[in-house]
Amino acid sequence: MDREVSPSTLIASIRKARRDAAGTFTLDVAIEAPPGITILFGPSGAGKSTLLDCVAGLVRPDAGKIFVGNDILFDAAKCIDLSPQARRIAYVFQSLALFPHLTVQQNIAYGLSDLPQKERQARLDGILAAFRIEKLRNQRPAQISGGERQRTALARSLVTAPRGLLLDEPLTGLDAELKAAIVDDLRAWNAEWRIPILYVTHSREEVDALGERVIAMDEGRIAGRGAPMDVLDAPRRKRLAQASGFENMLCATVVELRERDGVMRVRLGENACEIEVPLVHAFPGDRVQVAIRAGDILLASQRPSGLSARNILEGRIELLEQRGTMCIAQVDCGVKFVARVTPGAVRALELSAGKQVWLVLKTHSCHLVD
Amino acid sequence: MSSLWLSFELAGCVAGILLLVGMPVAYWLAYSRWRGKFLLESLVALPLVLPPTVLGFYALLAMGPRGPLGKLWMALFGQGLAFTFTGLVLASVVYSFPFAVQPLIAAFENVDQKLLDASAVLGAGKWRTFRRVIMPLSLSGVVTALVLSFAHTLGEFGVVLMVGGNLAGVTRTVSIDIYDRVQSLEYAQANHLALLLLAISFTVLCLVYGINRRAWAPQWKSWIAR
Repeated sequence: MDREVSPSTLIASIRKARRDAAGTFTLDVAIEAPPGITILFGPSGAGKSTLLDCVAGLVRPDAGKIFVGNDILFDAAKCIDLSPQARRIAYVFQSLALFPHLTVQQNIAYGLSDLPQKERQARLDGILAAFRIEKLRNQRPAQISGGERQRTALARSLVTAPRGLLLDEPLTGLDAELKAAIVDDLRAWNAEWRIPILYVTHSREEVDALGERVIAMDEGRIAGRGAPMDVLDAPRRKRLAQASGFENMLCATVVELRERDGVMRVRLGENACEIEVPLVHAFPGDRVQVAIRAGDILLASQRPSGLSARNILEGRIELLEQRGTMCIAQVDCGVKFVARVTPGAVRALELSAGKQVWLVLKTHSCHLVD
Repeated sequence: MSSLWLSFELAGCVAGILLLVGMPVAYWLAYSRWRGKFLLESLVALPLVLPPTVLGFYALLAMGPRGPLGKLWMALFGQGLAFTFTGLVLASVVYSFPFAVQPLIAAFENVDQKLLDASAVLGAGKWRTFRRVIMPLSLSGVVTALVLSFAHTLGEFGVVLMVGGNLAGVTRTVSIDIYDRVQSLEYAQANHLALLLLAISFTVLCLVYGINRRAWAPQWKSWIAR
């Protein structure tokens, strides 16, 4: 069997409508994944898993094409629809779907039954070493830890030398350190094999850890693509902004446009508190949504002066609580803001509930979303 | 006592045949997405609600010298079906069908769909998926199907009476034998046989429920692994 893999890009341009109790959901996307990790990011229900199912051949799209390099996996116009068995696309499900009655070694060898014994053993030994699970050979999935199960699932998929890999939130539930170790092994493996990897996640942390390219999805459509910084730090859609960690989502009314400065003034809530935000296509009186990260808000214990930041709001701390290594301050400025500060800053500024503070917002930390 | 052995022979044949015939039917019923599936489901469940005499009556008509099955059998093998052991097996297969098929369907449906998807993505066709994933994970269902169809055949009366009659050594099963002895007031012998049948049935059911409660699950699993 020819299992040589050449570096090639996975391209999928598909449409799939699905009807369920909640109404009709339409997936309509065009994506391109070159060798390496491409992250599919979006809130749950964005259609990420459906997209993977289509690429794997488990769900048949209504229209479009899917191919890897020059090999067509699906083409509605030409009536080509390769079976999942024939696609050679590996898929690691969120549940991992390890066979509970087989040992780690038997699980991994499952996709190799067409190979001669000698070659099969060589492949097995290689992948067991690459994912550091040699010692688990004869254990069953129920007998090993979560991280070991994830390694086994990855090894089982990759040992078949697939031409693409689909990962559906495979590392949820692992702590960051374990996650990083597994991702490192995956990267090391892929440095040699150079296949496109589609990695689905709704965790902003994972996006930052995996880096490279991200494709953001929302409600069945592509909402942005590029480097994580560009896509997720300036989201254009509200649901995506919430998913990518914008703690402050504020309703505002456009008050005044200043085209020459590239900014506009908006009024937050019903209150007279006004801030300056980047200019978008809008008119005075329009309702807009402003998204601000809690980490982008500065706190001051006195009215600051001599700053380039254009927005300084006076308020009172309502609530201060420690979350992990950070403190979250809820500040009432007529509208409520959530700001993130370090415990050191809390001590230095003697912050506490009830204290008067000033919030500092850079104009370009205020993102307008749909 | 020969009637007891005859019953065992009959039940063994029926359970074996039902496993072979029931497996593909159950597979189809568990995984088919055909809308008219309920038709076959109802047909399979029919023996559960029909009086054995109704089933036996139609079986007798079909197997009689002028029935389609009887004629076919005569043409193929040169002998009739009614009042023979073979005829009894055929009728019992139909009568015990749901007892084999329903546990199998339940077991197949219980296998996580994601495991089947994983198998397909790893390149395994339907047969390999069935052999290596569905079957091993449905083993308790297979055992239940075997034991229930065996036990149900062991205890049948109406169908045997209609199709088999009462020929010693050929179609006189233990339940008929007991009935016979009661009719001729041989209570001691009737009691002897009845008690034996009771004990056997109870043991068999204990086996089924024990396995379903996974009382012996570890042993089963290590048995598969070997």
